[in-house]
Amino acid sequence: MTADLSHGPAAASPQEPRSPHESLLQSGSARKAGDRLFKGVSTGAGVVILVVLAGVAFFLFKESLPAFAADPTVFRADATSFLDYVWPLVFGTVYAAILALLMATPLAIAVALFISHYAPRRLATSLGYLTDILAAVPSVVFGLWGLFVVAPLMVPAMRGLEAGAGFLPLFAGPTLASGRTLLVAAMVLAVMILPIITAISREIFLQTPRLHEEAALALGATRWEVIKTAVLPYGRSGMISATMLGLGRALGETMAIALILSPAPGVVSLNTIGAQNSQAIAPNIALVFPESSGLAINGLFATGLVLFAITFVVNYGARRIAARQLSGAS
Amino acid sequence: MSTTLQQQPTSLSLTHGQLSRRVPVAIAVGSVVAALALVLPVAGYNPALIGLAGLVLFTGTTYAASRRVEGRRRAVDRTVTTLVTSAFVLAVIPLVSVIWTVVTLGAERFDAAFFTETMRNVVGEGGGGLHAITGTLVITALAGVISVPVGIMVAIYLVEYGSGRLARSITLFVDVMTGIPSIVAGLFAAGLFAQLGGPGTKNGLAGAVALSVLMVPIVVRASEEMLRLVPNELREAAYGLGVPKWRTITKVVLPTSIAGILTGVTLSVARVIGETAPLLIAVGATDSLNLNPFSDRMQTLPIFAYYSYQQPGFGAGIQASYDRSWTASLVLMLVVMILFALARVLTNVLKPKGLR
Amino acid sequence: MSTESPTAVSTPRISEAAIRNAPNPSLAAQAAQTARTERPTDHHNRIDVEDLDIYYGDFKAVEGVTMTIDPRSVTALIGPSGCGKSTFLRSLNRMHEVIAGARVDGVVKLNGENLYAPGVDPVLVRRRVGMVFQRPNPFPTMSIYENVIAGLRLNGRKIPKADADAMVERSLRGANLWAEVEDRLDRPASGLSGGQQQRLCIARAISMEPDVLLMDEPCSALDPISTLAIEDLIGELKKTYTIVIVTHNMQQASRVSDRTGFFNIAGTGRPGRLVEMDETSVIFSNPAEQATSDYVTGRFG
Repeated sequence: MTADLSHGPAAASPQEPRSPHESLLQSGSARKAGDRLFKGVSTGAGVVILVVLAGVAFFLFKESLPAFAADPTVFRADATSFLDYVWPLVFGTVYAAILALLMATPLAIAVALFISHYAPRRLATSLGYLTDILAAVPSVVFGLWGLFVVAPLMVPAMRGLEAGAGFLPLFAGPTLASGRTLLVAAMVLAVMILPIITAISREIFLQTPRLHEEAALALGATRWEVIKTAVLPYGRSGMISATMLGLGRALGETMAIALILSPAPGVVSLNTIGAQNSQAIAPNIALVFPESSGLAINGLFATGLVLFAITFVVNYGARRIAARQLSGAS
Repeated sequence: MSTTLQQQPTSLSLTHGQLSRRVPVAIAVGSVVAALALVLPVAGYNPALIGLAGLVLFTGTTYAASRRVEGRRRAVDRTVTTLVTSAFVLAVIPLVSVIWTVVTLGAERFDAAFFTETMRNVVGEGGGGLHAITGTLVITALAGVISVPVGIMVAIYLVEYGSGRLARSITLFVDVMTGIPSIVAGLFAAGLFAQLGGPGTKNGLAGAVALSVLMVPIVVRASEEMLRLVPNELREAAYGLGVPKWRTITKVVLPTSIAGILTGVTLSVARVIGETAPLLIAVGATDSLNLNPFSDRMQTLPIFAYYSYQQPGFGAGIQASYDRSWTASLVLMLVVMILFALARVLTNVLKPKGLR
Repeated sequence: MSTESPTAVSTPRISEAAIRNAPNPSLAAQAAQTARTERPTDHHNRIDVEDLDIYYGDFKAVEGVTMTIDPRSVTALIGPSGCGKSTFLRSLNRMHEVIAGARVDGVVKLNGENLYAPGVDPVLVRRRVGMVFQRPNPFPTMSIYENVIAGLRLNGRKIPKADADAMVERSLRGANLWAEVEDRLDRPASGLSGGQQQRLCIARAISMEPDVLLMDEPCSALDPISTLAIEDLIGELKKTYTIVIVTHNMQQASRVSDRTGFFNIAGTGRPGRLVEMDETSVIFSNPAEQATSDYVTGRFG
């Protein structure tokens, strides 16, 4: 059903009439079947995504529901309601993540600027790889590192903070002797989310239209002024979305916090260097799940559902802002 | 007719008002010395404090000097340059520290025994991580087998076929999947297998399913990007030759983008191979070798590292356990580094010469 | 319409007058015109288009085209940008259908067979009506050899190596590229210059042994020397294939083609139309329509 190749050299004689081809009405059913099958398989794969996500939501809900109606003391001895049980966990999750974000974001943006605008061109890609390697380190390694290296190192600094700024609830102390505090955990978290924010911001900065930068340069601007007037405004929504992605990561981070923090259940505290630290949802699940059974497990599922909801909202916000950048920026 | 006046030489020489190269160097040296002088008597040899003091002194002095000679704008520019560069140096420090820690502490048990023995019946010293290494390989490979075909086919759907509501929903859901916290993926797998095999079912397949949930969106995004990069002209060339759409995709578009797709796959593997939380929930841990993902718990490197720390035993065994923990971490990091390097090699080797 | 001297080259005057009076030459007028001039009458590789409208969704891009394309001749389609000539060209091998929502009203016949009859598979059409594109697009993952027989390989046709080698050589010779690449057939196609790549694409197209070869501005991305090489090639190819070429370059049209069709568009948002089609020499020296004359003398477009 394809081109008839059985006749001899076509260019032999220009006047020779060429062999008649098969009629075009031959149906080519084999290839139509191939097309239909292939399209069906790839559409099916797309549907699998919908099914999986529905499955995630379904199983989360299914396993969580018993927890909402249960006696809250199953989850924590002094809990008065499910909300009372969940609230400190939510607080711990968000607090740790925000602390990490506050530390990581300015640093990440500065690093991204360094790689995109300050470093020698030849080094730029290698330097980019350097920060990407940070993203390759598994979280359990970060946890162990935080535990064995950062915590002891930070104790004198924390004592200093307690001495100098102890009036702030943030640094009320007394400093935990082992150093395994929320502040250290947040620092390690910051190191973990740094690569994401840096990588995305770096891409955004590199995409600043050359025209804008050259316009500033032509007016005699210094490097910083070019960045201030052309690069940063252009990259603003990109930076915000990068930050929110980093926030999403920090909210879901488990092992590093699980290893570093010794949690006091049910505590809600702003104190970042003391002994009583608010626990976060994910590390709580990791620590408690293996030893739990029955309703306690349902309770953990319920906290997982809450975490999913929080990260969903954050990621959705990040996508919306990124989409606005794509469509609106000009 | 203009009278020619003697032009006054303008003072706008191009090198006017600039700090010479030597000045910042001198200031740097001076700052270090001053920092040492300030900090040593007060807090002893504290490199962090000395560094901080030196930085502050350097920045302040440079600003003042520059302000006098070059003007405010240049001074600000120099200050920002200093800050940005310090930020970079600051960011590199944890990286160096982590790598240094893992390498030095992990070297202790980086021996043949670690790679050939398991923890079965081992208490205290000795033992190894063979069961963890095989477990990691089995579960990750299984996750790859599940995620890669699905991910690539979804990307093909979105790029070559998709239009309309189904495609838009799928894109949205892939986005949502990218944001699922790893522990939630673990909860999903645990819940699914509790449904299938009874409560408390833990096996390698459950872990693979959890990891797939994390891997698929990465593979989809990377593949999608690579497929979109294939110029439409190539598809047109194939259609013009009377090649049906499905063959165009499999024999022209895919081979052209395969380098980028493989890179994306490798990076997705690197990302999930270190995941601990979901495996904790869905797979559990064990001391023995288990190569069957369909029954029973399996050990994996990250969990081995974790439990070796959390449950180190007692007495002399504690340090031995910690040592095993660091070695497991080291092996894990080496695997991830190799995967990263592999991704880079793949990009360079497989990329068709005609495409940039 | 009864007094004229038929020649193989010039259009009878009275037919011209008839055409001038009717804004759209009727089918009958065209058929009559065709009958009067002595042109090859064998039906091989011959295209007949009857009252073709081309739509993208609801938007009518091209309207009411009627033309005959003679076997083994070169027909050039000229006209200002956006007048539908590329769209029309692509409808001759149903390539326009790659864009969703594209459809036609009317008939395109290849050797008497309607390409748009129900049940006709566009993929099969394209194997008989080949196409060369504006920018050379050899497959980057394939060598020169593999590119030439890509049409066969991609369709899963297996032919013995000896036959394949012969076909590759034949096609490359046909494209005037053999001498330059015969000793590096295994090298990637991307190593060739622009002009060579385009000739490679031509070789690839003719290895399918199509009846008709469509060319969509094949030289617009090439330097003048490569352009000349391809124009010479077209002169040789027309001994075997029927060629339809869309070009922006009027000098090229006048150098290369036997007959020329002038497309124009009445205004933005209006469909494109075939305004006039005739022997190339007539179109460029003495066209019947005012619009044609304005275009070829450079007064617009």
